[in-house]
Amino acid sequence: MSSSHRHALFVHAHSPVHRLSPQVKIAAALIMLGAIVSTPRETVWAFVCYGLALGILVALTQIPIRFLLGRMLVLTPFALLALLFPVFGTDPKVEILGISLSEQGLWDMWNLLAKAGLGLVTAILLGASTEIADLLRGFDSLRAPRLVTAILGFMVRYIDVVVGDLNRMRLALASRGHQGTSIAHWGPYGRAMGTMFIRTYERGERVYLAMESRGYAGEMPASSRVKATPGEWAIALVVVAAFWAVAITARMTT
Amino acid sequence: MSTPVIEILGLDFAYPDGTEALKDIDLHIHRGERVALLGPNGAGKTTLILHMNGIHRAQTGTVTVSGLPVTAPNLLEIRRRVGVVFQDPDDQLFMPTVREDVEFGPRNLGLTGAELEHRVAAAMASLEVADLADRAPNHLSFGQKRRVSMAGVMAMEPEILVLDEPTSNLDPASRQDLTLALLGLDVTQLIVTHDLLYALEVCPRSVIIDSGRIVADGPTSELLADAGLLAAHRLALPAALLLLAGAPDPHRNPPRVN
Repeated sequence: MSSSHRHALFVHAHSPVHRLSPQVKIAAALIMLGAIVSTPRETVWAFVCYGLALGILVALTQIPIRFLLGRMLVLTPFALLALLFPVFGTDPKVEILGISLSEQGLWDMWNLLAKAGLGLVTAILLGASTEIADLLRGFDSLRAPRLVTAILGFMVRYIDVVVGDLNRMRLALASRGHQGTSIAHWGPYGRAMGTMFIRTYERGERVYLAMESRGYAGEMPASSRVKATPGEWAIALVVVAAFWAVAITARMTT
Repeated sequence: MSTPVIEILGLDFAYPDGTEALKDIDLHIHRGERVALLGPNGAGKTTLILHMNGIHRAQTGTVTVSGLPVTAPNLLEIRRRVGVVFQDPDDQLFMPTVREDVEFGPRNLGLTGAELEHRVAAAMASLEVADLADRAPNHLSFGQKRRVSMAGVMAMEPEILVLDEPTSNLDPASRQDLTLALLGLDVTQLIVTHDLLYALEVCPRSVIIDSGRIVADGPTSELLADAGLLAAHRLALPAALLLLAGAPDPHRNPPRVN
């Protein structure tokens, strides 16, 4: 039970990054992403700098490398797509290992892989060091629209309930001999999905009833804002300033 | 006599499709009472409690909570006074953490700061869920969810706590915990159930409702002793109890008489 009430992206540790207030981490991550994305692709050294800085942060956060690599697998489809750029890119071509590749395409591939990869590491850092409830509170503190954070909160709260319903229904199908081995067997799945939709809709109504019964009148109450100390903001500022210093230098040297 | 916490007079209610759900309901519940509302499935129990907190409005008759009529301008105060704990705690625990969920009601009442904290801490302590404060509701046990959902309602400091089928899906130990919690709460209680033994354990008074009408209202022990009344309204005591009372064992062949 100790770790099961945390989300799959979370790494339990007591690191300085874990201790930072969520809104500081969210703001820093977004601004760091801005720096990474706006860096000209030709300044390879800048991406190396970002990579090193993120590496230090990963180490500080005590994220196991295996976990990090596992999470980075979501990049696979984009990486596969990027591999096609040099093959189908425009002239001029360059010869690498006997294959004629588009120079423009190679740069496109590098651009996508570097920026998406570094961006993903930034997002993993945020997710691995912040629990969902804190993320929501952080967005609230950053004055994100409450309706949006409320919807996110409901989604997080009920995803397990809905998946549980779905699993029970699958179990019920299987227990009465249903096999999903061929496409001809998919009919019951379709009907199960329809039933799921109605059940979820009805649950939504019951939840709303329960909210009304506790005085809900159309607006979610403000959550207790977590206060971030000036010290925390100062730390974030240093990291963010370093990223932007690299980005600006890179832009000026091209 | 003092003003009743719940006073219902001549209440009728029909659903939009014409189904008559409640007919001519008269019910008084006084401060400090613990009343069981018994009845078979579809008797109108849930419809009746949704009238008490103004989710449904009376079509004829009146519903009054501690002297305050259930009408649109009074709704927020009515919902503070009448705390409803619904059957499925997953429907009731919708905030990301236990603490935020318990805070939901008091915040809607406009409480903040130390007052809010005090309210929430007291409610969690009264149901012994303070140690769960930072947990996410999805990973609590069913019994814990039940108690947390009660804490969320108690945090509104209601004048009456209304529980819809509180014992459903509880194992015997959690059921015992719930009993102790209910007996320990200093608040008027209305417990909707078809668990007759639970009614006997917790509630000195019971009201039986069937097909939208109140058919009996009296001391729980007297109502449960009336086998004819129970049978007429599709309620029955567990077989083990009847056996203890001298009924024949249904699995043993009747003794042969030669």
